[in-house]
Amino acid sequence: MEAVFLSFILVLSIFLGFELISKVPATLHTPLMSGANAISGITIVGALLSAGAQHDTMATWLGAAAVMFATINVVGGYLVTDRMLAMFRKKDSGGAA
Amino acid sequence: MSLSPVAINFAYIVSAILFVFGLKMLGSPATARRGNMLSSLGMLIAIVVTLFSQQILSFEYIIIFAVIGAVIGALAARLVAMTAMPEMVALFNGSGGAASLLVGWAALYDQFLPGGLGEPSAFVMVTIALSVLIGGVTASGSIIAYGKLAEVMTSRAIVFSGQRIVNSLILLGILISAVMLVADPQIGSVWFWTLLGLALLLGVMAVIPIGGADMPVVISLLNSYSGLAACAAGFAIGNNILIVAGSLVGAAGLILTNIMCKAMNRSLANVLFSGFGAVKTASAVEGEVKPIVVDDAYLILESASSVVFVPGYGMAVAQAQHVVRELGELLEKNGAEVSYAIHPVAGRMPGHMNVLLAEANVPYDQLVEMDDINPRLPMTDVAIVIGANDVVNPAAREDENSPIYGMPIINVDQARTVFVLKRSMASGFSGVDNPLFFGENTRMLFGDAKQSIAGLVSEFKG
Repeated sequence: MEAVFLSFILVLSIFLGFELISKVPATLHTPLMSGANAISGITIVGALLSAGAQHDTMATWLGAAAVMFATINVVGGYLVTDRMLAMFRKKDSGGAA
Repeated sequence: MSLSPVAINFAYIVSAILFVFGLKMLGSPATARRGNMLSSLGMLIAIVVTLFSQQILSFEYIIIFAVIGAVIGALAARLVAMTAMPEMVALFNGSGGAASLLVGWAALYDQFLPGGLGEPSAFVMVTIALSVLIGGVTASGSIIAYGKLAEVMTSRAIVFSGQRIVNSLILLGILISAVMLVADPQIGSVWFWTLLGLALLLGVMAVIPIGGADMPVVISLLNSYSGLAACAAGFAIGNNILIVAGSLVGAAGLILTNIMCKAMNRSLANVLFSGFGAVKTASAVEGEVKPIVVDDAYLILESASSVVFVPGYGMAVAQAQHVVRELGELLEKNGAEVSYAIHPVAGRMPGHMNVLLAEANVPYDQLVEMDDINPRLPMTDVAIVIGANDVVNPAAREDENSPIYGMPIINVDQARTVFVLKRSMASGFSGVDNPLFFGENTRMLFGDAKQSIAGLVSEFKG
């Protein structure tokens, strides 16, 4: 039953994703991509659970390495997206001259 | 103190809502920055509530490795030059893929806890195999993409005879080892190692035959994979938020991939499986190129009332975006209407030119998409092509034998005058001759793009 339930979530989320992103202007393609990439760092949740569980030494190490990679993805992804978006400005609306 | 699983899952719903709104707001320039912040808030909530989970007993490793990761990520994000953004995005994709691979791998150990549930279910084993496979392909594929984009290795398509056979064998090996792993789940089984090794190899093999001009497709596809890998890891550990967030990213990446393919008039299969520029017999282009010097180009620009810049990857290489903006402003002061025409696949990743011009302080409402600029080009006095080639090649429209025939292009050849800034007469990335260079109204401004533009700028100032 768990498998069915999780698959339901998967299918609905994919449809939602297609609906959400289908009309993004080309100007924002890079920030959208790196912002979405930062979200894929959500795997950090799984990494934290593995690294902290103390089930098995090997699993802890794998989890710890996963925490590191996922944190790079999350922190780097959000910061770089923000840095890019801070540069986008409309005509005559301030920004560094 | 720890939170109950129900409370944690409710908090995950809040995270999911923030991700959805964040992505929605990333769709408009006015709200994009806030959208990204909302999405990062969602991530923060998910991380914090997870730390309160009853499952987490020890924090030492978590703290150490999270700090290392955060420092690396923050430094990379702060220090990277905007021109190096494509390879940075590739590396971030890769680390996401690697993390999902490791989470799937660690989940394998959780299946064999002393006093555990006994034999793991086939469903769980399939999802573990999938997270290792997708995560592995994403990780190694992204590293190769990084190598190509940073030009650590050749950015050309690497093809060899028998490539398809080798790839088919790898796929077959992956299928067999996955089936064997699911049929007989064991920690440290040889089938697991085979699967892991072949997944990493597949990522390498999938990206090496892809040439530099096709990189936007690959980057967005890897982006999609990094989401799907998180999704598979979510199935492996039975976690909703990983599935929701991962599939949102997977869908976003697929949409971008599709946009990039359409902009090249090619199918995804064609991009992935045929090394571009392998076989081609385009009609030879003949004619005479008409070079122009900066002084003469200045005189033409000085009397122009509408100017369109068409940037390509060459602008990024020459780091010419700042002088281009300066020239654009001088032209506007001179009374000309200035816009920037952006082809969807100009550069090495989706939206590459937009980011560079934004960095140079060009307002985004001056950037015009291909379909909107084309009707205006016949009324344009001067089109200035800076380091773009295939995306302005009229052969795509006229020459049925051309390998890029059918690709939508920016019709600069219809402008009254075209300046092409180019280092020399070598053909473009795809190795296709460009009849634009021989056009009646085309003038070639040879030399480094940055220097040529700077020359024009000083003429205007002088």
